[in-house]
Amino acid sequence: MNISPDNKAVIVLRDVEKSFGQVKVLHGVSFEVARGQVTVLIGRSGSGKSTALRCMDRLEKVDAGYIEVCGHVVTDPALELRKLRLDVGIVFQSYNLFPHLTIGENIMLAPRSVKKLPKKEAADLARATLAQVGLGDKFDAYPEQMSGGQQQRAAIARSLAMQPKVMLFDEVTSALDPELTGEVLRVIERLAADGMTMVMVTHEMGFARRIADQLVFMHQGKIWEKGHGSILDAPRTPELQRFAAQEL
Amino acid sequence: MEVSLDFSPIFERWPMLLDGAIVTLLLSVAATVSGFLIGTLCAAGRNSRFRIVSAICAIYVEAIRNTPFLVQIFLIFFGLSTLGFTLSAITVALLALTINVGAYTGEIMRAGFDSVHAGQWEAAECLGLSRLQTYWHVVLFPAAERVFPSLSSQFILLMLASSITSQISVPELTGNANYIQGVSFRPLETYLVIGVMYFILSVIMRQIFNLIGMVAFPRRRRLGTPL
Repeated sequence: MNISPDNKAVIVLRDVEKSFGQVKVLHGVSFEVARGQVTVLIGRSGSGKSTALRCMDRLEKVDAGYIEVCGHVVTDPALELRKLRLDVGIVFQSYNLFPHLTIGENIMLAPRSVKKLPKKEAADLARATLAQVGLGDKFDAYPEQMSGGQQQRAAIARSLAMQPKVMLFDEVTSALDPELTGEVLRVIERLAADGMTMVMVTHEMGFARRIADQLVFMHQGKIWEKGHGSILDAPRTPELQRFAAQEL
Repeated sequence: MEVSLDFSPIFERWPMLLDGAIVTLLLSVAATVSGFLIGTLCAAGRNSRFRIVSAICAIYVEAIRNTPFLVQIFLIFFGLSTLGFTLSAITVALLALTINVGAYTGEIMRAGFDSVHAGQWEAAECLGLSRLQTYWHVVLFPAAERVFPSLSSQFILLMLASSITSQISVPELTGNANYIQGVSFRPLETYLVIGVMYFILSVIMRQIFNLIGMVAFPRRRRLGTPL
């Protein structure tokens, strides 16, 4: 089931199934993401979007099915997790910055301890990624001294500093007010423009439609429709129809 | 009723009390360092994926927390000599204090580790950090910062409890005081004096812990806010 070299899919999910105890959250989810493409998972809370995303980074183990990310077979029990994580960056709803470290230290930690970069180089890298997300002056600040939007942008910078091939965003603006949401989304848009391969879960429908090369609509653990942003304008299934009517 | 206090026989033997205080302090500092190491390892061990490791740590903690310190000292003291080890009383005291405070520290540190949000572990894992690196860079310092007041109290309690090692004739503060009251026939004065000395030692230790906190937790030093 490996992907032939001419196929440019960087991420492949095939028939992925996942249950938490008695509750089945993914019923055979399949989609692919090409290099440089932005895929946005939409759907109601509890539809399985976040779980699908977390499975791609092996934060959850699937019960059945096949997942491949950047050539790593995520569903292989013998997978070397660290190699997968070097290629995949993930940003969470709750930022998860390390509160006892400055923003600079937060960003330098993984390059220094995982990639063994010298301190000077790691600091340069941290300053560069901070500038990229518009936080050039926050190197010495602690997370608690910054707004939620700034913290989330710092978390994005922390992931970017590991130079991943793929970025995953799990409802990264759900804890933010509209103004702060805007500044985070602008950073993500710029990343998309730079050609980063991304998968994101979001409730920002306008943004999803604008940025997505591929929209994936999930409902009760299944994919009902996928395609261009236009699927929202002409839903083929009553499920997406209802969702679109509520959200737009 | 007439009370007559005469401190002169005690102050005559002042150097002995000072030596005792130094032994008490050194014993406490050494047991604090080794007990913190053991306690932290034990706390991590209880969260281990390997059941045998967490079981051993749990048994250790429960065995120590549910028996008196004096009994523990005697068990180690007589147990080791029965097994043919001839250790000095002070070595046995250090061993017993370490084992004792290690168990209590283990419980305190476990509370600290549990206070670190699962999202922190996940973030570290996703950045490629190993479990050991995550403990060291991400979990240990915030955990220790949150439980630092409890840790300091526990180690001061350890210093006070070290007086029990006088029972195996360790020449620490209480041991030397026992001798002095025996030869001076002034027990009340003797124990009043060492009571004050213990109080001063406690204050000194508290200051030392404040300094350690300033150095170990730069965020708290700069912002002054709790984590």
